[in-house]
Amino acid sequence: MIAIPYLTALTTYFSYGLLFAFGQFRDFFRKLFDWFTSSNLHGYAPICLGLEDFYIRRLYLRIQDCFGRPICSAPDAWFDVVERYSNDNNKTLKRTTKISRCLNLGSYNYLGFAAADEYCTPRVVETLNKYSPSTCSSRVDGGTTLLHNELEECVANFVRKPAAIVFGMGYVTNSAILPVLMGKGSLIISDSLNHNSIVNGARGSGATIRVFQHNTPSHLEEVLREQIAEGQPRTHRPWKKIVVIVEGIYSMEGELCKLPEIVAICKQYKAYTYLDEAHSIGAVGKTGRGVCELLGVDTADVDIMMGTFTKSFGSCGGYIAGSKELIKYLKYTCPAHLYATSISPPAAQQIISSIKVILGEDGSNRGAQKLAQIRENSNFFRSELQKMGFEVIGDNDSPVMPIMLYNPAKIPAFSRECLKQNVAVVTVAFPATPLLLARARICISASHSREDLIKALQVISKVGDLVGIKYFPAEPQKQQQEGKAVKFD
Amino acid sequence: MMDSAVVLNFVNSAIDWVKLVLDAPSARAVVFGFHIGGHLFVEVFLLVVILFLLSQKSYKPPKRPLTNKEIDELCDEWVPEPLIPSLNEDLLHEPPVLESAAGPHTIINGKEVINFASANYLGLIGHQKLLDSCSSSLEKYGVGSCGPRGFYGTIDVHLDCEARIAKFLGTRDSILYSYGLSTMFSAIPAFSKKGDIIVADEGVHWGIQNGLYLSRSTVVYFKHNDMDSLRNTLENITSKYKRVKNLRRYIVVEAIYQNSGQIAPLDEIIKLKEKYRFRVLLDESNSFGVLGISGRGLTEHFGVPADKLDIITAAMGHALATEGGFCTGSARVIDHQRLSSSGYVFSASLPPYLASAAITAIDILEENPNLLTKLKNNIAALWRGLSGITGFTIASNPESPIVYLRLEKSTGSAKDDLRLLENIAERVLKEDSVFVVTSKRSTLDKCRLPLGIRLFVSAGHSVSDLNKASESLKKVAALVLGGHN
Ligand SMILES: Cc1ncc(COP(=O)(O)O)c(C=O)c1O
Ligand SMILES: Cc1ncc(COP(=O)(O)O)c(C=O)c1O
Repeated sequence: MIAIPYLTALTTYFSYGLLFAFGQFRDFFRKLFDWFTSSNLHGYAPICLGLEDFYIRRLYLRIQDCFGRPICSAPDAWFDVVERYSNDNNKTLKRTTKISRCLNLGSYNYLGFAAADEYCTPRVVETLNKYSPSTCSSRVDGGTTLLHNELEECVANFVRKPAAIVFGMGYVTNSAILPVLMGKGSLIISDSLNHNSIVNGARGSGATIRVFQHNTPSHLEEVLREQIAEGQPRTHRPWKKIVVIVEGIYSMEGELCKLPEIVAICKQYKAYTYLDEAHSIGAVGKTGRGVCELLGVDTADVDIMMGTFTKSFGSCGGYIAGSKELIKYLKYTCPAHLYATSISPPAAQQIISSIKVILGEDGSNRGAQKLAQIRENSNFFRSELQKMGFEVIGDNDSPVMPIMLYNPAKIPAFSRECLKQNVAVVTVAFPATPLLLARARICISASHSREDLIKALQVISKVGDLVGIKYFPAEPQKQQQEGKAVKFD
Repeated sequence: MMDSAVVLNFVNSAIDWVKLVLDAPSARAVVFGFHIGGHLFVEVFLLVVILFLLSQKSYKPPKRPLTNKEIDELCDEWVPEPLIPSLNEDLLHEPPVLESAAGPHTIINGKEVINFASANYLGLIGHQKLLDSCSSSLEKYGVGSCGPRGFYGTIDVHLDCEARIAKFLGTRDSILYSYGLSTMFSAIPAFSKKGDIIVADEGVHWGIQNGLYLSRSTVVYFKHNDMDSLRNTLENITSKYKRVKNLRRYIVVEAIYQNSGQIAPLDEIIKLKEKYRFRVLLDESNSFGVLGISGRGLTEHFGVPADKLDIITAAMGHALATEGGFCTGSARVIDHQRLSSSGYVFSASLPPYLASAAITAIDILEENPNLLTKLKNNIAALWRGLSGITGFTIASNPESPIVYLRLEKSTGSAKDDLRLLENIAERVLKEDSVFVVTSKRSTLDKCRLPLGIRLFVSAGHSVSDLNKASESLKKVAALVLGGHN
């Protein structure tokens, strides 16, 4: 839980209030203006209703240069950010031909597979030439190649489940699977901070949805007891089935799921568990097998394991792993398997090859090195940030570390100042976080060297002083040490 | 009787008295030109009483919550259903496994077969230029983009690809999605919310159905590709919602229906749309790069400028032989999606090599208009070859690259129909090495159009391929369905 300081909350509210008031003021004049120029809608309702895009027009556009920055290289440890300019007060941004080489603290390139890799890339190109970029067909028609079957076997083996099914997009994996498994009369209990794809899938399923407090097993138990005792709303029939959905690492919080406790509760109350490992698979655990391995949970106790390949594996797509029967059933019913184009063969090859590297099946120990590196990098970076007095949330071992900014004015300030000094960070604001809890998010990669991290820390510390986001006092003697370390370099 | 009259009298005089008393001091009070009379005091008093009563809890029998022990028992007693229903053996059809690229000819079980299962309409699978652009992109950018578009997942090729599509179609801007299926189910809820009205064809693809459901709008279906039904539906809705202002109204149609191979009559839809003031969302997944003299899709086919339509979406996993999807339209429509469309905001962007492939595919299409002629001739040739086939009717439009064979006589159950069709498809593959597929339906799919055999014609098929396919289908259909008729 994030406890926002009282004064900060007040100033944050004040800032948003001011932005809102000015926005409304401008909207008022725009309306007057529109009224005089007479609308050109010819009797249609406006396609975007006024308040629906108020936030975009009046708040987001002011700082839109901090988001969607185009790059023109692979999203490796360092990448080329394309500079943009605007002639109309940030309303539209135009690309220039100028680029700046920046340290990448934003991409989900946990294991460093985003860039060309000595083992993966040649195999991917070979696959491209053999299978072409697409099959133009769904898995049940002409979209299953030898490669797709190999991939499913490889993934099942990697996550330690009997079988797996893969899709071409992680988002669709969640949003198309939940409607197949759950329906009217079933209950989905979802963590309050679950990803939008899970929310969408749950909504699409028609099941009843209840939310439990983020990562709080005791509240989960409370909700489960209440719901089992109450049964379905109105009729009080017992629930057909209950599934509890959690994520391995919460991407906006950097927190690890309290999986052992949650699994124990689910077992006790006979609820099924659905674990989304989008950010944890490949990134944590001794052999990269995700939170189950890290926290010592037997994968047999997790009924449905989901994950995506867009992060650690540097590819695209998602998987569901579970019992043989479950996967067979999904292959017969899941619309994403029946209708969507099968995953692109070169992307499939990238996943297979990167898993082989992680497991050391490529005949080197690069995989083990990468895993050790990301763990070391993450823990080093997190502890240094904390020592400097930033409010860093999340758990040790997690490569995702949000730094709280709170105030809306600090979002663009932090992002722009860091970029000026060639460090690219991600800032996150509403709608991805609650309005008050804007933050910057650092994603550490195994491909960052110690020098990279030290440079990043220097820049972030300087910008942090400038922007005023060191909400805690720094630890004095440790900072000295850090100062020394920096001098050594 | 007497009593009540007395009481009434007394009450009346009491009220008069109260009025008098109240009026006396304030009779001449005028605030901002508003006369404050005694009735105002009475009204304010009544208001206070009402508010007071409202604030009181209504009477409820005291509820005794369940004790912990009772809840424990209930939890112990509860038995959930299994996660999935028990599997039915006959459902489990294993699709053939391809051993090479899914081009017009491919290898299954070590044997070369003619492939009618891939929507590779222009025959671009395996095209050298496409492969070259992909491999240089792979070397430059890696495979995945490792981030959503907002967070350094925007790569210059994405922007180039969006501009290329918009330029090709003559629209203002376009937006890329990382998967074809996610395009419609993200785009629809971005523009249509609870209370808005969508009139959709009953034969639309599942991706669209899902988008309609997720938008929580009022959805009304009209009969598949039936313009009279559409007109009636629009008429009904218009009269029903005459008074409601600021209600967004949409017609959702597919250009070529994946579920039937029919082509939507865009000219009539435009007339109706303009008459009833609806906006049109058109899915061009199977017509982009296929219809029109230069492959610009249904709008070109009917000579309608693309900006008459408000939102056009398409999957790129068909004619363009890559993956992903796009939506195109006015700058306002596109910009709105960049922050409001869930599948765009919350998902990693399209792998850059697939965006490069899309750009190259459009280039190839523009440089080789003969691909379209070839495709048209191939469709016509297959139609000619299939004429007189036993037990089937061709349900698709003669210009559609999806040639849809529907059973003349259904067995009465969808399951048996499917088994019959599967049987034919399997025999055609085994006996004559022609790979055709049945249309399959997920249990979630609400589309009720009849199932059939679907052939995806490609510009890459040769005349002999097409002849072989139609001969084989005719032969097997006569053997399997001959007895039925
Ligand atoms: C928890 C979670 N699930 C699913 C996804 C979607 O994955 P993809 O980007 O592959 O669509 C994400 C992505 O950001 C995620 O964080
Ligand atoms: C209308 C429609 N939308 C979406 C899709 C799915 O696109 P993709 O196969 O590229 O995922 C299809 C394709 O099959 C389609 O016909």
